[in-house]
Amino acid sequence: MTAVTTPTKKPVTRARPGQSSPKLAYLPIIFLAFAIGIPLLIIVVYSFLEKPSQGTGVKWVFTTENYRALFIQEKLDGTTAFDTRYIKVLWTSFYYSLITTVVTLVFSVPVAMWIATREARKRTLLVALVTLPFWISILIRTYGMRQIIADEGPIGKFLGLFDISWSILYSPPATILGLIYVFLPFMILPIYASAERFDFRLAEAAYDLGAKRMTVVRRIILPSIRPGVISGVALVFIPALGSFLQSDMLGGGKTNMVANVIANNFGQARNWPFGSALAVLLIILTLLFVLIIQGIAQRRGDKVELV
Amino acid sequence: MASNKRRRASYVAALAAAGALLLSACGGESTAGGGAGEETAAAGAFPTSGSGEVHVYNWTDYIDTDELKRFTEETGIEVILDTYDSNETLLAKLQAGATGYDVIVPSDYMVAQMIELGLLQDIGVSTFPNGANIKDNLMDAYWDPGRNYSAPWMYGSTGIACNATAEPGCANITSWKEYFTAGLPKMDSLKDQVEVVSAALRATGVAADDLCTTDKAKYLAAQELLNGFKPAVIESDGGIERVVAGTSNVRHAWNGSTHRMKVEVPGVEYIYPSEGLNLWADNLAVPVGAPNLDNAKIFINWMMDPKAAGKQSNFSGYDNGIKGSDEFMDEALKTDPAVVVPADKVALLSSTPNCSEDARALYTEVFTSWQDSQ
Amino acid sequence: MSSTKTPSTKRGKLVNLRNFPGFTSTSWFVMFFLYIPLVYVVIYSFNSSRIGSIWKSFSVKWYGKVIENTDIQRALKNSLQVGFAATILSTVLAVMAALGLLRMQRAGKAVAMALIGAPLIIAEIVLAVGTLGLFIAVGVPLGKVGLIVAHTAFCIPFALLPIRARLSQLDMAPFEAASDLGANERQILRRITLPLLSPAIIAGALLAFAISIDDFITSFFVAGPGSTTLPVYIFGMIRSTVTPEVNAISTLLLLFSGGVLLGSYLIQRKRR
Repeated sequence: MTAVTTPTKKPVTRARPGQSSPKLAYLPIIFLAFAIGIPLLIIVVYSFLEKPSQGTGVKWVFTTENYRALFIQEKLDGTTAFDTRYIKVLWTSFYYSLITTVVTLVFSVPVAMWIATREARKRTLLVALVTLPFWISILIRTYGMRQIIADEGPIGKFLGLFDISWSILYSPPATILGLIYVFLPFMILPIYASAERFDFRLAEAAYDLGAKRMTVVRRIILPSIRPGVISGVALVFIPALGSFLQSDMLGGGKTNMVANVIANNFGQARNWPFGSALAVLLIILTLLFVLIIQGIAQRRGDKVELV
Repeated sequence: MASNKRRRASYVAALAAAGALLLSACGGESTAGGGAGEETAAAGAFPTSGSGEVHVYNWTDYIDTDELKRFTEETGIEVILDTYDSNETLLAKLQAGATGYDVIVPSDYMVAQMIELGLLQDIGVSTFPNGANIKDNLMDAYWDPGRNYSAPWMYGSTGIACNATAEPGCANITSWKEYFTAGLPKMDSLKDQVEVVSAALRATGVAADDLCTTDKAKYLAAQELLNGFKPAVIESDGGIERVVAGTSNVRHAWNGSTHRMKVEVPGVEYIYPSEGLNLWADNLAVPVGAPNLDNAKIFINWMMDPKAAGKQSNFSGYDNGIKGSDEFMDEALKTDPAVVVPADKVALLSSTPNCSEDARALYTEVFTSWQDSQ
Repeated sequence: MSSTKTPSTKRGKLVNLRNFPGFTSTSWFVMFFLYIPLVYVVIYSFNSSRIGSIWKSFSVKWYGKVIENTDIQRALKNSLQVGFAATILSTVLAVMAALGLLRMQRAGKAVAMALIGAPLIIAEIVLAVGTLGLFIAVGVPLGKVGLIVAHTAFCIPFALLPIRARLSQLDMAPFEAASDLGANERQILRRITLPLLSPAIIAGALLAFAISIDDFITSFFVAGPGSTTLPVYIFGMIRSTVTPEVNAISTLLLLFSGGVLLGSYLIQRKRR
């Protein structure tokens, strides 16, 4: 889990263990400034440089052309035109991630609630079952999904018995299904963490007092798992937005999502500055989303801590 | 055990040296290389066994790994293999500073481009003991006249593979134009800017000798044709697997990979498009900065042996540039019209275009524009 | 909080969240969905047929092939070397960061947390290509050293997670007692802080190890000749031809991941 939301109402009983000097943190900070900060800076710098005529790398000449090229295309007939291709790529990444987030959320709430209401022993096992995929390589999980949904896979074979043709591999639904599959545990676990803390007698009491079932869900259960939902949304949407493997392996190697276009520009297409400009745009969009999530959480009185 | 291996290795070395002497004695014309490599040409000077490793960077699914084991047994050199999916990816990786590969496998035009960029080493291939095995027509290749930088590997053509049993709609395709406008389900494209764009140029009426044009109007026409072409898959790797599994039925494909599809799925046909198709020749070469230069030379020389070349052909499905390798090639390969070009199709073949920087930029432009608008 | 007016609608039996309608079936469906692709991969790893999707007969020959495959051995060795090095480095740095951050000023802390959190927020592809740029700029050859640096960086937040969680739960008493008794900073660190943190440090290290071993994108961009890691190798295998060998190596990795999870679970439970 990467983001943790905790209600601020929780009493602050933080002790200060150890009298360690803040100097201890200097080395990790210097290391991260080198290994994380500089690469990010390099991407920003690259995005303002020219592409060398031979491709690959950068030519140290300042330009804003790469950002212009995101929206405006110099056509081969000499005209310039508004270019929707990269807006479409960003939009595709956005709505794939949105669908993934919504679908995983819809499935995760019942699952998290269900697990939270099992008895302790069974609960441990169920949590382990949801956690296990988190420890398994995303590559292998995506590959497994590809085998299942392939035309000649089990679904295809089964439907073949009824003469129904099945062919979704290498299409947008396949990519989205792959994203849902891979990120589902990232949604279930934080919601479960919230649900586990919930006192279920509260809901039963409300019901005894005359609340309708949906009222109980809306007024009591949902608010209490809200911090988990907010974490889950962040944990699914953010990595889905920058995902590479699912689109590559299930979408037919096309550059449908922004990460695939970035990767292609640093590979075969050999246009590093343009790939960097896209990367900067992706960073901005991601940060924007983080701010929105934090805003929502704060308004709701939850404190969202990333990390 | 170890000493046994060493003994066998030196025995093989002696045999190879003898073979090299024999060959150079037979083929008097192979000394055309000139005086520069004279001292290494002496068979005794060329090492045939070594130690350590050789890092080979090759196309995906393009080398028989059983043969690599035989190479290791005979020479004592371990092969470490990495793979790529296109000439451009290879170039990108080398330009990004991947020093450490000893042997790479660029195609014709890419050899020319890499020599121009100073990325390849002059290793005097023609003076290697097995240098005389190079087929005459590949000896004076335009990308490396006299064969100093590169040794021939496989060669073949790029056309269309059609599984007519699964997709009868592709059986009537006779041209690139029909292929790009077929609009069939389960179409599968190479992810290769030179192949895709040159095919689209041919489809829009550009002649074979004009494929490196810098006339933007011609690229615009190709781009417009490509606008309507939306294959399910754009991926050079794994094409054989997809066609065999039935995930793809029509593919822009190399002839050797089509041969391998045919072996598994008899309904597959190789189509020679009527506008003509690219004839390419891949090569073994050594990048500048290769850490194991001697091992790279041993590897390349070993692969120029007729038996080794024949075995590689049997694996990959392509003909190769080594004299006498036919003897070791499977009958199925020698009788496949995808591999052995039928007489009436020979005229359709022309070399993969080796374009100027300006034309290359236009190829990249058309290709990425198509790729990113899928 | 909830409506208290007398119910006008007819009410069913007492609400029982344990049996909320649809929850059980949804949960079973989700579990099925989560595991069916993995089960499929495991079953087909025992398929003797070379064509992945057609079942012929039971066989363990692909496991033999995996074990014999020297490229897989080499990739596994690379993955383990990088994984162990990155785990140790990232865990040490995470412990230092966790302790140091406790008493750091607000501004410094914000910068530090932004750097630590970046790998969790920024798309991996962006950091991967940026790291490639960094290595070219400072002349680090693409290879294992670079991989270790890159892996260490993105493993730190994962290693830090359980350590910070544990740190916030620690009781202050032993520290106060120790300082009252005149223990210095070093002694407190060695005798109290680290032992108390050790389950969390181990959990963090396991998490970091799992993240490093599974990493694909960064490794794909910054691995050089001969430093191909297992996921990068498997990716190549899947791209070219899917033989059941891929299923076999995947099954072995599944077992490994399960083992690591079980290990972390047992350690957590034993130390508690």
